[in-house]
Amino acid sequence: MSQYFSGILSLGLIYVIATVGLAIFTGFTGLFSLGHAAFFAIGAYTAAILTYFYGVNFYLALLAAAAASGLVGLLIGYPTLKAKLRTDYFAIATLGFGEATRVLLENLPITQGARGLPGIANYTSLPVILAVAAVVIWIAWNFTHSRHGRAAIAIREDFVAAEMMGVNIFLGRLRSLIFSAACGGIAGGLFAHYFCFIQPSMFTSYMSTQFTAAVVAGGMGSISGPVMAALIFISVPEILRIANIWRLVAYGLLLVLIMIFRPQGLMGYREISFAFVKNFLGRLGKGGKA
Amino acid sequence: MLSIRNLNVKYGEIHALHDISVEVGQGRVVAVVGANGAGKTTLMTTLAGLLSPASGEILFEGKALPKEAYKILGCGICLVPERRRLYANLTVRENLLMGAYLRKDKAGIAADLERMYDLFPIMRERVKQYAGTLSGGEQQMVAIARGLMSRPKILLLDEPSLGLAPIMVQTMFKAIKDINAEGVTVLLAEQNAFQALDMADEAFVLETGHVLVAGTGKELLDNPLVQKAYLGVKH
Repeated sequence: MSQYFSGILSLGLIYVIATVGLAIFTGFTGLFSLGHAAFFAIGAYTAAILTYFYGVNFYLALLAAAAASGLVGLLIGYPTLKAKLRTDYFAIATLGFGEATRVLLENLPITQGARGLPGIANYTSLPVILAVAAVVIWIAWNFTHSRHGRAAIAIREDFVAAEMMGVNIFLGRLRSLIFSAACGGIAGGLFAHYFCFIQPSMFTSYMSTQFTAAVVAGGMGSISGPVMAALIFISVPEILRIANIWRLVAYGLLLVLIMIFRPQGLMGYREISFAFVKNFLGRLGKGGKA
Repeated sequence: MLSIRNLNVKYGEIHALHDISVEVGQGRVVAVVGANGAGKTTLMTTLAGLLSPASGEILFEGKALPKEAYKILGCGICLVPERRRLYANLTVRENLLMGAYLRKDKAGIAADLERMYDLFPIMRERVKQYAGTLSGGEQQMVAIARGLMSRPKILLLDEPSLGLAPIMVQTMFKAIKDINAEGVTVLLAEQNAFQALDMADEAFVLETGHVLVAGTGKELLDNPLVQKAYLGVKH
Protein backbone atom coordinates (compact mmCIF):
# COMPACT_ATOMS: atom_id res chain seq x y z
CA MET A 1 0.00 0.00 0.00
CA SER A 2 1.47 3.32 -0.97
CA GLN A 3 2.17 5.76 1.80
CA TYR A 4 -0.04 8.33 0.14
CA PHE A 5 -3.02 6.01 0.09
CA SER A 6 -2.49 4.81 3.64
CA GLY A 7 -2.20 8.46 4.69
CA ILE A 8 -5.63 9.31 3.27
CA LEU A 9 -7.10 6.18 4.81
CA SER A 10 -5.63 7.00 8.22
CA LEU A 11 -6.98 10.54 8.19
CA GLY A 12 -10.30 9.28 6.86
CA LEU A 13 -10.63 6.74 9.66
CA ILE A 14 -9.73 9.31 12.31
CA TYR A 15 -12.60 11.39 10.96
CA VAL A 16 -14.79 8.28 10.95
CA ILE A 17 -14.21 7.84 14.70
CA ALA A 18 -15.24 11.42 15.46
CA THR A 19 -18.16 11.26 13.01
CA VAL A 20 -19.57 8.04 14.48
CA GLY A 21 -19.46 9.74 17.86
CA LEU A 22 -21.35 12.72 16.52
CA ALA A 23 -23.80 10.40 14.74
CA ILE A 24 -24.76 8.92 18.11
CA PHE A 25 -25.55 12.39 19.37
CA THR A 26 -26.91 14.35 16.42
CA GLY A 27 -28.21 11.42 14.39
CA PHE A 28 -29.90 9.66 17.27
CA THR A 29 -31.09 12.37 19.62
CA GLY A 30 -31.69 15.06 17.00
CA LEU A 31 -29.62 17.90 18.48
CA PHE A 32 -27.07 19.63 16.25
CA SER A 33 -23.61 20.30 17.56
CA LEU A 34 -21.55 22.88 15.68
CA GLY A 35 -18.63 22.74 18.07
CA HIS A 36 -17.48 19.15 17.95
CA ALA A 37 -14.00 20.19 16.81
CA ALA A 38 -13.56 21.42 20.39
CA PHE A 39 -13.85 17.86 21.77
CA PHE A 40 -11.43 16.75 19.06
CA ALA A 41 -9.02 19.55 20.08
CA ILE A 42 -9.33 18.80 23.80
CA GLY A 43 -8.51 15.17 23.10
CA ALA A 44 -5.60 16.10 20.84
CA TYR A 45 -4.07 18.47 23.40
CA THR A 46 -4.69 16.19 26.39
CA ALA A 47 -3.02 13.21 24.73
CA ALA A 48 -0.18 15.27 23.23
CA ILE A 49 0.62 17.10 26.48
CA LEU A 50 0.62 13.81 28.40
CA THR A 51 3.03 12.03 26.06
CA TYR A 52 5.11 15.13 25.22
CA PHE A 53 5.65 16.69 28.63
CA TYR A 54 5.03 13.78 30.97
CA GLY A 55 6.11 10.78 28.91
CA VAL A 56 2.85 8.95 29.58
CA ASN A 57 2.16 5.73 27.68
CA PHE A 58 0.38 6.45 24.39
CA TYR A 59 -2.61 4.19 25.03
CA LEU A 60 -3.14 5.61 28.49
CA ALA A 61 -2.92 9.07 26.96
CA LEU A 62 -5.64 8.10 24.46
CA LEU A 63 -7.89 6.94 27.29
CA ALA A 64 -7.16 10.18 29.15
CA ALA A 65 -8.07 12.11 25.99
CA ALA A 66 -11.42 10.30 25.82
CA ALA A 67 -12.02 10.92 29.53
CA ALA A 68 -11.10 14.62 29.33
CA SER A 69 -13.37 15.25 26.34
CA GLY A 70 -16.15 13.20 27.91
CA LEU A 71 -15.88 15.24 31.10
CA VAL A 72 -16.03 18.51 29.17
CA GLY A 73 -19.05 17.07 27.33
CA LEU A 74 -20.69 16.50 30.70
CA LEU A 75 -19.88 20.04 31.85
CA ILE A 76 -21.23 21.59 28.65
CA GLY A 77 -24.17 19.24 28.36
CA TYR A 78 -25.44 19.50 31.92
CA PRO A 79 -26.55 23.15 31.85
CA THR A 80 -27.53 23.31 28.17
CA LEU A 81 -29.52 20.07 28.12
CA LYS A 82 -31.04 20.70 31.56
CA ALA A 83 -32.29 24.04 30.29
CA LYS A 84 -33.96 22.14 27.42
CA LEU A 85 -32.51 24.47 24.81
CA ARG A 86 -34.32 24.05 21.53
CA THR A 87 -32.28 22.57 18.68
CA ASP A 88 -31.27 25.89 17.09
CA TYR A 89 -30.31 27.49 20.41
CA PHE A 90 -28.37 24.41 21.38
CA ALA A 91 -26.46 24.58 18.09
CA ILE A 92 -25.54 28.21 18.81
CA ALA A 93 -24.38 27.27 22.31
CA THR A 94 -22.09 24.58 20.89
CA LEU A 95 -20.80 27.01 18.25
CA GLY A 96 -19.79 29.37 21.06
CA PHE A 97 -18.27 26.50 23.00
CA GLY A 98 -16.16 25.52 19.98
CA GLU A 99 -14.81 29.02 19.48
CA ALA A 100 -14.20 29.54 23.20
CA THR A 101 -12.17 26.34 23.36
CA ARG A 102 -10.00 27.41 20.43
CA VAL A 103 -9.36 30.84 21.96
CA LEU A 104 -8.50 29.18 25.26
CA LEU A 105 -6.01 26.88 23.55
CA GLU A 106 -4.41 29.91 21.91
CA ASN A 107 -3.83 31.58 25.26
CA LEU A 108 -2.96 28.84 27.76
CA PRO A 109 0.73 28.50 28.65
CA ILE A 110 0.67 24.67 28.59
CA THR A 111 -0.64 24.55 25.01
CA GLN A 112 2.08 26.99 23.92
CA GLY A 113 -0.57 29.21 22.34
CA ALA A 114 -0.72 29.77 18.61
CA ARG A 115 2.76 28.28 18.12
CA GLY A 116 1.27 24.87 18.81
CA LEU A 117 3.01 21.72 19.95
CA PRO A 118 5.67 20.51 17.50
CA GLY A 119 7.56 17.24 17.73
CA ILE A 120 4.85 15.00 19.18
CA ALA A 121 5.95 11.36 18.92
CA ASN A 122 4.54 9.48 15.93
CA TYR A 123 2.74 6.69 17.77
CA THR A 124 -0.38 6.51 15.62
CA SER A 125 -0.22 3.84 12.95
CA LEU A 126 -2.89 2.57 10.58
CA PRO A 127 -3.47 -0.68 12.55
CA VAL A 128 -4.02 1.34 15.75
CA ILE A 129 -6.51 3.61 14.01
CA LEU A 130 -8.27 0.62 12.48
CA ALA A 131 -8.55 -1.09 15.85
CA VAL A 132 -9.92 2.02 17.58
CA ALA A 133 -12.37 2.67 14.73
CA ALA A 134 -13.57 -0.93 14.91
CA VAL A 135 -14.13 -0.71 18.66
CA VAL A 136 -15.94 2.62 18.42
CA ILE A 137 -18.19 1.41 15.59
CA TRP A 138 -18.89 -1.82 17.50
CA ILE A 139 -19.91 0.11 20.64
CA ALA A 140 -22.02 2.52 18.59
CA TRP A 141 -23.70 -0.35 16.76
CA ASN A 142 -24.54 -2.14 19.99
CA PHE A 143 -25.82 1.08 21.51
CA THR A 144 -28.18 1.80 18.63
CA HIS A 145 -29.58 -1.72 18.80
CA SER A 146 -30.14 -1.61 22.54
CA ARG A 147 -33.04 -0.34 24.59
CA HIS A 148 -31.13 2.91 25.18
CA GLY A 149 -30.53 3.34 21.46
CA ARG A 150 -34.22 2.92 20.75
CA ALA A 151 -34.94 5.49 23.44
CA ALA A 152 -32.50 7.90 21.79
CA ILE A 153 -34.26 7.46 18.44
CA ALA A 154 -37.60 8.01 20.16
CA ILE A 155 -36.24 11.31 21.51
CA ARG A 156 -35.30 12.38 17.98
CA GLU A 157 -38.58 11.24 16.45
CA ASP A 158 -40.89 12.85 18.99
CA PHE A 159 -39.48 13.89 22.31
CA VAL A 160 -42.88 14.48 23.88
CA ALA A 161 -43.95 10.96 23.00
CA ALA A 162 -40.60 9.66 24.28
CA GLU A 163 -41.14 11.40 27.60
CA MET A 164 -44.61 9.87 27.84
CA MET A 165 -43.10 6.42 27.41
CA GLY A 166 -40.94 7.04 30.45
CA VAL A 167 -37.72 8.14 28.74
CA ASN A 168 -35.67 10.65 30.70
CA ILE A 169 -34.82 12.97 27.82
CA PHE A 170 -32.16 14.88 29.71
CA LEU A 171 -30.24 11.75 30.71
CA GLY A 172 -30.64 10.16 27.29
CA ARG A 173 -29.21 13.20 25.55
CA LEU A 174 -26.46 13.71 28.11
CA ARG A 175 -25.37 10.07 27.81
CA SER A 176 -25.17 10.40 24.02
CA LEU A 177 -23.26 13.68 24.24
CA ILE A 178 -20.67 12.24 26.63
CA PHE A 179 -20.11 9.20 24.41
CA SER A 180 -19.87 11.45 21.40
CA ALA A 181 -17.40 13.80 23.09
CA ALA A 182 -15.25 10.85 24.20
CA CYS A 183 -15.12 9.57 20.60
CA GLY A 184 -14.05 13.03 19.47
CA GLY A 185 -11.37 13.02 22.16
CA ILE A 186 -9.90 9.67 21.09
CA ALA A 187 -9.94 10.77 17.45
CA GLY A 188 -8.10 13.95 18.47
CA GLY A 189 -5.49 11.95 20.40
CA LEU A 190 -4.87 9.76 17.34
CA PHE A 191 -4.72 12.85 15.14
CA ALA A 192 -2.07 14.54 17.31
CA HIS A 193 0.19 11.48 17.25
CA TYR A 194 -0.36 11.02 13.56
CA PHE A 195 0.59 14.52 12.38
CA CYS A 196 3.11 15.02 15.22
CA PHE A 197 2.14 18.68 15.32
CA ILE A 198 -0.98 20.46 16.53
CA GLN A 199 -1.97 24.09 16.78
CA PRO A 200 -5.27 25.75 17.71
CA SER A 201 -6.02 26.94 14.17
CA MET A 202 -6.45 23.30 13.07
CA PHE A 203 -9.63 22.97 15.13
CA THR A 204 -11.88 25.66 13.74
CA SER A 205 -15.60 25.60 13.11
CA TYR A 206 -14.70 24.36 9.62
CA MET A 207 -13.74 21.03 11.19
CA SER A 208 -16.96 20.94 13.25
CA THR A 209 -18.92 21.59 10.09
CA GLN A 210 -17.16 18.71 8.35
CA PHE A 211 -18.26 16.31 11.11
CA THR A 212 -21.84 17.59 11.05
CA ALA A 213 -21.91 17.51 7.24
CA ALA A 214 -20.74 13.88 7.27
CA VAL A 215 -23.49 12.89 9.73
CA VAL A 216 -26.22 14.71 7.80
CA ALA A 217 -25.01 13.56 4.39
CA GLY A 218 -24.55 10.01 5.64
CA GLY A 219 -28.02 9.87 7.13
CA MET A 220 -29.32 10.92 10.53
CA GLY A 221 -29.99 7.75 12.46
CA SER A 222 -27.53 5.55 10.63
CA ILE A 223 -24.03 4.43 11.60
CA SER A 224 -22.85 3.02 8.28
CA GLY A 225 -24.02 6.11 6.36
CA PRO A 226 -21.88 8.63 8.27
CA VAL A 227 -18.93 6.20 8.13
CA MET A 228 -19.12 6.19 4.33
CA ALA A 229 -19.72 9.93 4.16
CA ALA A 230 -16.70 10.69 6.38
CA LEU A 231 -14.45 8.54 4.18
CA ILE A 232 -15.81 10.16 1.01
CA PHE A 233 -15.46 13.70 2.38
CA ILE A 234 -11.84 13.13 3.34
CA SER A 235 -10.81 11.31 0.17
CA VAL A 236 -12.61 13.46 -2.43
CA PRO A 237 -10.64 16.66 -1.75
CA GLU A 238 -7.47 14.56 -1.75
CA ILE A 239 -8.25 12.86 -5.05
CA LEU A 240 -9.13 16.24 -6.53
CA ARG A 241 -5.92 17.82 -5.28
CA ILE A 242 -4.77 18.19 -8.92
CA ALA A 243 -7.71 20.55 -9.46
CA ASN A 244 -6.10 22.88 -6.93
CA ILE A 245 -8.51 25.41 -5.36
CA TRP A 246 -11.43 24.09 -7.41
CA ARG A 247 -11.51 20.97 -5.26
CA LEU A 248 -13.27 22.87 -2.50
CA VAL A 249 -15.89 23.94 -5.01
CA ALA A 250 -16.36 20.29 -5.98
CA TYR A 251 -16.66 19.42 -2.30
CA GLY A 252 -19.39 22.02 -1.86
CA LEU A 253 -21.10 20.80 -5.01
CA LEU A 254 -21.08 17.24 -3.68
CA LEU A 255 -22.84 18.41 -0.51
CA VAL A 256 -25.44 20.35 -2.49
CA LEU A 257 -26.06 17.36 -4.76
CA ILE A 258 -26.58 15.06 -1.77
CA MET A 259 -29.05 17.51 -0.24
CA ILE A 260 -30.99 17.70 -3.52
CA PHE A 261 -31.06 14.03 -4.45
CA ARG A 262 -30.79 12.34 -1.05
CA PRO A 263 -32.17 14.83 1.48
CA GLN A 264 -32.41 11.98 3.96
CA GLY A 265 -28.66 11.31 3.54
CA LEU A 266 -26.88 8.46 1.81
CA MET A 267 -28.39 5.81 4.07
CA GLY A 268 -31.35 7.71 5.50
CA TYR A 269 -32.39 6.02 8.73
CA ARG A 270 -31.25 2.61 7.57
CA GLU A 271 -28.10 0.59 7.91
CA ILE A 272 -26.14 -1.16 5.22
CA SER A 273 -26.85 -4.88 5.35
CA PHE A 274 -26.96 -7.91 3.09
CA ALA A 275 -30.68 -7.40 2.45
CA PHE A 276 -30.12 -3.72 1.74
CA VAL A 277 -27.40 -4.40 -0.85
CA LYS A 278 -29.53 -7.09 -2.53
CA ASN A 279 -32.52 -4.77 -2.63
CA PHE A 280 -30.39 -1.92 -4.00
CA LEU A 281 -28.84 -4.08 -6.76
CA GLY A 282 -32.31 -5.41 -7.57
CA ARG A 283 -33.62 -1.89 -8.02
CA LEU A 284 -30.60 -0.95 -10.15
CA GLY A 285 -31.30 -3.98 -12.35
CA LYS A 286 -34.94 -3.01 -12.77
CA GLY A 287 -34.01 0.59 -13.48
CA GLY A 288 -31.65 -0.60 -16.22
CA LYS A 289 -34.37 -2.59 -17.98
CA ALA A 290 -37.05 0.08 -17.79
CA MET B 1 -58.48 5.73 41.55
CA LEU B 2 -57.80 9.07 39.85
CA SER B 3 -59.09 12.16 41.62
CA ILE B 4 -58.87 15.57 40.05
CA ARG B 5 -59.71 18.33 42.50
CA ASN B 6 -60.27 22.00 41.62
CA LEU B 7 -57.81 21.79 38.77
CA ASN B 8 -56.88 25.05 37.03
CA VAL B 9 -54.58 25.14 34.03
CA LYS B 10 -53.39 28.29 32.28
CA TYR B 11 -51.43 29.00 29.13
CA GLY B 12 -49.96 32.31 30.17
CA GLU B 13 -52.98 34.63 30.47
CA ILE B 14 -55.38 32.16 28.95
CA HIS B 15 -57.33 30.22 31.52
CA ALA B 16 -57.86 26.82 29.82
CA LEU B 17 -59.38 24.75 32.64
CA HIS B 18 -61.51 26.21 35.45
CA ASP B 19 -61.90 24.33 38.72
CA ILE B 20 -62.24 20.89 37.21
CA SER B 21 -63.13 18.17 39.73
CA VAL B 22 -63.53 14.65 38.46
CA GLU B 23 -63.31 11.18 39.97
CA VAL B 24 -62.36 8.20 37.85
CA GLY B 25 -63.15 4.91 39.58
CA GLN B 26 -61.19 1.69 39.21
CA GLY B 27 -62.18 -0.31 36.13
CA ARG B 28 -64.52 2.36 34.76
CA VAL B 29 -64.75 3.99 31.38
CA VAL B 30 -65.10 7.73 31.84
CA ALA B 31 -65.71 9.92 28.81
CA VAL B 32 -64.88 13.60 28.41
CA VAL B 33 -66.84 15.15 25.59
CA GLY B 34 -66.84 18.66 24.26
CA ALA B 35 -66.19 20.78 21.19
CA ASN B 36 -62.86 21.93 19.85
CA GLY B 37 -61.05 24.14 22.31
CA ALA B 38 -63.16 22.98 25.25
CA GLY B 39 -60.05 21.84 27.11
CA LYS B 40 -60.13 18.07 26.56
CA THR B 41 -56.55 17.82 25.32
CA THR B 42 -55.37 20.28 27.96
CA LEU B 43 -56.86 18.03 30.63
CA MET B 44 -55.27 14.91 29.14
CA THR B 45 -51.80 16.42 28.72
CA THR B 46 -51.94 17.83 32.24
CA LEU B 47 -52.74 14.38 33.60
CA ALA B 48 -49.76 13.02 31.65
CA GLY B 49 -47.51 15.61 33.31
CA LEU B 50 -46.75 17.55 30.14
CA LEU B 51 -48.42 20.70 31.49
CA SER B 52 -48.26 21.79 35.08
CA PRO B 53 -51.45 22.94 36.77
CA ALA B 54 -51.77 26.53 38.02
CA SER B 55 -53.60 25.23 41.07
CA GLY B 56 -55.58 22.25 42.31
CA GLU B 57 -54.43 18.71 42.78
CA ILE B 58 -54.33 15.43 40.92
CA LEU B 59 -54.21 12.31 43.08
CA PHE B 60 -53.60 8.87 41.67
CA GLU B 61 -54.30 6.02 44.09
CA GLY B 62 -54.22 8.61 46.83
CA LYS B 63 -50.82 10.02 45.96
CA ALA B 64 -49.82 13.23 44.18
CA LEU B 65 -48.32 12.80 40.74
CA PRO B 66 -44.57 13.33 40.26
CA LYS B 67 -43.53 16.61 38.64
CA GLU B 68 -41.43 15.12 35.83
CA ALA B 69 -43.43 13.90 32.86
CA TYR B 70 -41.19 10.86 32.31
CA LYS B 71 -42.03 9.52 35.78
CA ILE B 72 -45.80 9.52 35.21
CA LEU B 73 -45.81 6.32 33.16
CA GLY B 74 -44.04 4.52 35.99
CA CYS B 75 -47.05 5.25 38.22
CA GLY B 76 -49.34 3.41 35.81
CA ILE B 77 -50.83 6.34 33.90
CA CYS B 78 -50.40 6.18 30.15
CA LEU B 79 -51.53 8.77 27.62
CA VAL B 80 -52.28 7.82 24.03
CA PRO B 81 -51.94 11.31 22.64
CA GLU B 82 -54.01 13.18 20.11
CA ARG B 83 -52.72 12.59 16.57
CA ARG B 84 -50.96 9.46 17.84
CA ARG B 85 -47.36 10.77 17.90
CA LEU B 86 -45.77 7.52 16.78
CA TYR B 87 -42.07 7.24 16.07
CA ALA B 88 -42.38 7.40 12.29
CA ASN B 89 -38.95 5.97 11.51
CA LEU B 90 -39.20 3.03 13.87
CA THR B 91 -41.00 -0.13 12.84
CA VAL B 92 -44.32 -1.16 14.33
CA ARG B 93 -42.56 -3.70 16.53
CA GLU B 94 -40.00 -1.14 17.71
CA ASN B 95 -42.79 1.32 18.50
CA LEU B 96 -44.47 -1.33 20.64
CA LEU B 97 -41.17 -2.13 22.36
CA MET B 98 -40.76 1.57 23.17
CA GLY B 99 -44.05 1.27 25.04
CA ALA B 100 -42.38 -1.36 27.22
CA TYR B 101 -39.29 0.83 27.72
CA LEU B 102 -39.59 0.82 31.50
CA ARG B 103 -40.24 -2.92 31.75
CA LYS B 104 -37.48 -5.46 32.26
CA ASP B 105 -39.42 -8.76 32.06
CA LYS B 106 -38.47 -10.07 28.61
CA ALA B 107 -40.88 -13.00 28.68
CA GLY B 108 -43.76 -10.74 29.70
CA ILE B 109 -42.94 -8.25 26.95
CA ALA B 110 -42.86 -11.02 24.33
CA ALA B 111 -46.22 -12.33 25.57
CA ASP B 112 -47.71 -8.83 25.52
CA LEU B 113 -46.53 -8.31 21.93
CA GLU B 114 -48.54 -11.40 20.98
CA ARG B 115 -51.52 -10.10 22.93
CA MET B 116 -51.37 -6.83 20.97
CA TYR B 117 -51.27 -8.67 17.65
CA ASP B 118 -54.35 -10.60 18.78
CA LEU B 119 -56.11 -7.40 19.78
CA PHE B 120 -55.35 -5.74 16.42
CA PRO B 121 -54.68 -8.60 13.96
CA ILE B 122 -53.77 -6.23 11.11
CA MET B 123 -50.65 -5.23 13.07
CA ARG B 124 -49.23 -8.72 12.72
CA GLU B 125 -48.84 -8.09 8.98
CA ARG B 126 -47.26 -4.70 9.59
CA VAL B 127 -44.70 -5.68 12.24
CA LYS B 128 -41.65 -4.75 10.18
CA GLN B 129 -43.18 -1.74 8.46
CA TYR B 130 -42.14 1.77 9.47
CA ALA B 131 -44.90 3.36 11.51
CA GLY B 132 -44.92 6.46 9.30
CA THR B 133 -46.05 4.37 6.32
CA LEU B 134 -49.24 3.08 7.98
CA SER B 135 -52.75 4.38 7.42
CA GLY B 136 -54.34 6.61 10.04
CA GLY B 137 -56.41 3.79 11.52
CA GLU B 138 -53.46 1.44 11.69
CA GLN B 139 -51.37 4.14 13.33
CA GLN B 140 -54.07 4.66 15.95
CA MET B 141 -54.02 0.92 16.70
CA VAL B 142 -50.25 1.02 17.10
CA ALA B 143 -50.52 4.06 19.36
CA ILE B 144 -53.03 2.31 21.63
CA ALA B 145 -51.00 -0.91 21.60
CA ARG B 146 -47.83 1.04 22.39
CA GLY B 147 -49.62 2.52 25.39
CA LEU B 148 -50.86 -0.89 26.54
CA MET B 149 -47.36 -2.34 26.31
CA SER B 150 -46.49 -0.33 29.42
CA ARG B 151 -49.21 -2.29 31.31
CA PRO B 152 -50.94 0.87 32.53
CA LYS B 153 -53.50 0.90 35.29
CA ILE B 154 -55.29 3.74 33.55
CA LEU B 155 -55.22 4.53 29.86
CA LEU B 156 -55.88 8.13 28.80
CA LEU B 157 -57.16 8.18 25.24
CA ASP B 158 -57.16 11.56 23.53
CA GLU B 159 -59.40 11.59 20.44
CA PRO B 160 -58.75 8.02 19.31
CA SER B 161 -61.31 8.37 16.50
CA LEU B 162 -59.78 11.53 15.05
CA GLY B 163 -59.48 11.36 11.28
CA LEU B 164 -60.51 7.71 11.04
CA ALA B 165 -62.88 6.12 8.54
CA PRO B 166 -66.27 5.20 10.12
CA ILE B 167 -65.52 1.47 9.97
CA MET B 168 -62.23 2.10 11.79
CA VAL B 169 -64.04 4.12 14.43
CA GLN B 170 -66.20 1.06 15.15
CA THR B 171 -63.12 -1.17 15.45
CA MET B 172 -61.50 1.35 17.75
CA PHE B 173 -64.45 1.60 20.12
CA LYS B 174 -64.77 -2.16 20.22
CA ALA B 175 -61.08 -2.47 21.08
CA ILE B 176 -61.46 0.08 23.86
CA LYS B 177 -64.30 -2.02 25.31
CA ASP B 178 -62.08 -5.13 25.16
CA ILE B 179 -59.23 -3.31 26.86
CA ASN B 180 -61.53 -2.13 29.63
CA ALA B 181 -62.92 -5.66 30.02
CA GLU B 182 -59.38 -6.80 30.81
CA GLY B 183 -59.33 -4.46 33.79
CA VAL B 184 -57.72 -1.31 32.46
CA THR B 185 -59.44 1.88 33.57
CA VAL B 186 -60.11 4.22 30.64
CA LEU B 187 -60.43 7.98 30.46
CA LEU B 188 -61.61 8.85 26.98
CA ALA B 189 -61.68 12.32 25.43
CA GLU B 190 -63.85 12.42 22.32
CA GLN B 191 -65.54 14.77 19.93
CA ASN B 192 -67.48 11.79 18.68
CA ALA B 193 -69.89 12.32 21.57
CA PHE B 194 -72.57 9.76 20.75
CA GLN B 195 -70.31 6.73 20.69
CA ALA B 196 -68.21 7.90 23.61
CA LEU B 197 -71.29 8.45 25.80
CA ASP B 198 -72.80 5.18 24.64
CA MET B 199 -69.91 3.12 25.98
CA ALA B 200 -68.99 5.24 29.01
CA ASP B 201 -69.95 4.35 32.58
CA GLU B 202 -69.66 7.97 33.53
CA ALA B 203 -69.10 11.10 31.53
CA PHE B 204 -68.84 14.83 31.71
CA VAL B 205 -69.13 17.61 29.19
CA LEU B 206 -66.44 20.26 29.00
CA GLU B 207 -67.23 23.67 27.60
CA THR B 208 -64.63 26.45 27.45
CA GLY B 209 -62.76 24.93 30.35
CA HIS B 210 -65.74 24.34 32.66
CA VAL B 211 -67.54 21.12 33.51
CA LEU B 212 -70.98 21.79 32.05
CA VAL B 213 -72.78 18.61 33.12
CA ALA B 214 -71.69 15.31 34.56
CA GLY B 215 -73.46 12.00 35.03
CA THR B 216 -73.61 8.47 33.73
CA GLY B 217 -73.16 8.00 30.00
CA LYS B 218 -76.85 7.13 29.68
CA GLU B 219 -77.99 10.24 31.54
CA LEU B 220 -75.95 12.50 29.30
CA LEU B 221 -77.27 10.79 26.19
CA ASP B 222 -80.78 11.65 27.37
CA ASN B 223 -79.91 15.17 28.51
CA PRO B 224 -81.62 17.67 26.13
CA LEU B 225 -78.79 20.17 26.53
CA VAL B 226 -76.19 17.63 25.50
CA GLN B 227 -78.40 16.31 22.72
CA LYS B 228 -78.80 19.75 21.26
CA ALA B 229 -75.19 20.85 21.52
CA TYR B 230 -73.26 17.68 20.79
CA LEU B 231 -75.49 14.99 19.39
CA GLY B 232 -77.27 17.02 16.73
CA VAL B 233 -80.73 16.00 17.98
CA LYS B 234 -83.39 18.59 17.16
CA HIS B 235 -86.25 19.20 19.59
